[in-house]
Amino acid sequence: MPGETVPGAPAAGEAPVGRPAGEAPLAEALVEVADRAEVEDRAEVAAPAPTFRERLGRTRGVFAGLRSLRGKGVDPATWDELEESLLRADVGVATTDALLDDLRRRVRQKEISSGDQLVEALEGDLVDLLSFDRRWGVAAGAGSSSGREPASGEGFEAAGPISRDLRFDDEEGVVNVWLFVGVNGVGKTTTVGKVARQQVAMGRSALLAAGDTFRAAAGEQLAMWAERVGAGVVRGAEGGDPSAVVFDAVQRAAARGNSLVLADTAGRLHTKVNLVEELKKIRRVAGRPPGRVTEVLLVLDATTGQNGLVQARQFTEAVAVTGVVLTKLDGTAKGGIVVAIQRELGLPVKLVGLGEGPEDLVPFDPADFVGALLG
Amino acid sequence: MFDALSDRLERIAGHLRSRGRLSDADLDEALREIRVALLEADVEVGVARSFVQGVRERCAGEVLSRSLTPGQQVVKAVHEELVAVLGGETLKLTYASPPPTVVLLAGLQGSGKTTTAAKLARWWKQQGRNPLLVGADLQRPAAVEQLRVLGRQVGVTVFSEPTDPVSVARAGLEEARRLGRDICIVDTAGRLTIDQELMDEVRRVSDVVQPHYTLLVIDAMTGQDAVATARAFHDTLELGGIILTKLDGDARGGAALSVKGVVGRPIVFASTGEKLGDFDLFHPDRMADRILGMGDVLSLIEQAERAMDKESVARSAGRLMEGRFTLDDFLEQLQQVKKLGSLGGVMKLLPGMTKELRQAADQIDDRELARVEAIMRSMTPEERADPSVIDGSRRVRIARGSGTSTQDVNQLLKQHREMQKLVRSMANGNGMPGMPGLGGLSGGKGLGGLGGLLGSRKQLAALRALGGEPGDGGEGLAGLLAGSGGLPPLDAVAAGGRPPGQSGARGQRGAKGKNKKKKGGRVTPPKDR
Repeated sequence: MPGETVPGAPAAGEAPVGRPAGEAPLAEALVEVADRAEVEDRAEVAAPAPTFRERLGRTRGVFAGLRSLRGKGVDPATWDELEESLLRADVGVATTDALLDDLRRRVRQKEISSGDQLVEALEGDLVDLLSFDRRWGVAAGAGSSSGREPASGEGFEAAGPISRDLRFDDEEGVVNVWLFVGVNGVGKTTTVGKVARQQVAMGRSALLAAGDTFRAAAGEQLAMWAERVGAGVVRGAEGGDPSAVVFDAVQRAAARGNSLVLADTAGRLHTKVNLVEELKKIRRVAGRPPGRVTEVLLVLDATTGQNGLVQARQFTEAVAVTGVVLTKLDGTAKGGIVVAIQRELGLPVKLVGLGEGPEDLVPFDPADFVGALLG
Repeated sequence: MFDALSDRLERIAGHLRSRGRLSDADLDEALREIRVALLEADVEVGVARSFVQGVRERCAGEVLSRSLTPGQQVVKAVHEELVAVLGGETLKLTYASPPPTVVLLAGLQGSGKTTTAAKLARWWKQQGRNPLLVGADLQRPAAVEQLRVLGRQVGVTVFSEPTDPVSVARAGLEEARRLGRDICIVDTAGRLTIDQELMDEVRRVSDVVQPHYTLLVIDAMTGQDAVATARAFHDTLELGGIILTKLDGDARGGAALSVKGVVGRPIVFASTGEKLGDFDLFHPDRMADRILGMGDVLSLIEQAERAMDKESVARSAGRLMEGRFTLDDFLEQLQQVKKLGSLGGVMKLLPGMTKELRQAADQIDDRELARVEAIMRSMTPEERADPSVIDGSRRVRIARGSGTSTQDVNQLLKQHREMQKLVRSMANGNGMPGMPGLGGLSGGKGLGGLGGLLGSRKQLAALRALGGEPGDGGEGLAGLLAGSGGLPPLDAVAAGGRPPGQSGARGQRGAKGKNKKKKGGRVTPPKDR
């Protein structure tokens, strides 16, 4: 089907970016639309999605956590323990310092006098931090790495609650594009599959775009998801131009009346300038009418350490990330880096991956998350 | 990786430089800084604590060492502790008799097991082994397909069947025996350590194939959880070692320290890029040097030795000695350099790379090289042999032929002229003048100063010390550094790190002798990809 090759049109006029062609041996170019109009039995979809707390309960409690602080006073050992539990959860030195400095101030001002109050205050601060759209303990406008300013101590002011809804513009003639980005191996393709399942279940007609043309068999993996959830998929040649794939998906979506394109992209380290350029191009191309990029979701693995903050910053600079999907939170990793990301970049977690099953993607709940974070 | 640690250490050392001796307060301050650096590098909290304790003890025991400044004393203590924690020395791989040697890969989802399996297979193939890949990841959609594609790329057979992981592993091992393969690499599905069912499954796989090496694949970006993960896999599978992946990002890879510190198993391999060749044995001592900003020259030299075509190296080394350096030589060297892997990756191995330079190295676009190559390939042999015949109309033709502009052609010719000047002056026994660095090649991305910087006397001295070569001028390595763009003398490195003042043939013998010492004489020229 050479006649069906992905059109080079979107690429025209733009310098080729990304990995050198020929890096992967080319499968032959193909665009495949494995559409399954009649979606079979939806019975399985009806199973209630697991709640955050239920899923996390399975793994937590291993740590005695901060329970040992309860029923005691506040002494130097208490601070050490608090610090350690935050650091162990990957919250990071800067954010930990900021949180603890504020607590120290409140202890000095006799606002807090027992271990119980201290733990509660910390939990409260963390939940607030994750719930409101306001950078906390960071000088205004400072999104920089020097986020080590001590907490100003002024607490929270006029702060709006964070919206975790995935933006969908329900307009005639608009194809919403949700772009999934992130480093290698965080679970982008799987996340696209799970989101597709939920969106299809909500009655939206989604089309998947296999924008990962680099990793061997990534297209196959997404196609399997498409078949599983009953959505169409647009694929390009392995090693081909991912922008062309996404462009083509938008065109097809418009032609077929799909209102949503879920675009997978190849994993890329934020340090690879040419690959980040490639991603920018994908975003530009995806936003050409009738396409409209309404979400750019950074997929982040819960095991990620301090580098997660760097990733979030770089991807946000490049493609204006709108939210984080925190995956693999069903393991022993606590994903505390999202606290630092929220604090320094104001970037909210929108979804949480709690397992490999199609239903294991749930909305983020700050209180449950913090409960699990502190063990 | 570890950038912040080396930056911080530099600061600490600088701060302490003015002091006559190390006071307790200075030491406390320095250790606090070290702790923060470790934590920011994702070193596990407990490991960071004992690391700092170890450094403190080393410093305390150093009282007698009057020859060191306090700053040097701390840096030395950190270095020693790093080497100690990272594992002392490289794991010596041995091979099973009768074959095959069975290698089992395990790890969390997304740590890079499948890619690593293919990289391992390629690595062993280069060592002259004959591996079989077994795809026992039946969990992730298309994982086996991915392995098959990668297997084709590295030219290694992939075995799998749609049964269950234990059966696949068993049958795969049988297949390896039947085909007479000496290495059998089993790729397994990613799994969480708390998933008892899957942990039992991987244990059954392990029971069936009885691996000689069970290697845990860990992402260098992993945070505090690395320790819990490694411990759980170690409890289940009795790990033989660790493979660290995605070291090419800017993650500081504290996981390396943590895992080694807690599980006590060495890091055997490290993966430093997306290309299948970006993979090699992990050298803890070199890593410690790299952390301290001393570069990884040994790795670079080995990489060069493996990748370069000895004959072509000897040929152009001979020409260089005569002070000749034509565009043909340039082109040939470009081919050689390309075999080394990405230019940015190579540059990161060089000593003296500051943070800024490392970032700049990340931005080197290897396709600039392709452009330069295209220009040269658009010339006639006559033009390459004697660029002075290239007049205005030839320039236009060359530019058109290579899809570049006449400015690009002019720039290349200018660079070549300067390199030729340099080569001549080197052949005449003069030292290194300043060298036009990567500035031109990298499209002006701020690397202009690189050549000069890397060619500095100080670096050369450091290099000579590191290389331990008896060379008189050190131009061999000097050239490598200075010419990162045009690279005339990279060959000299491949030819045993000897300065081009010696005969090519001798240089080549030197290289062989060196290989023998290091690798038991087994150097397989890689396939050109």
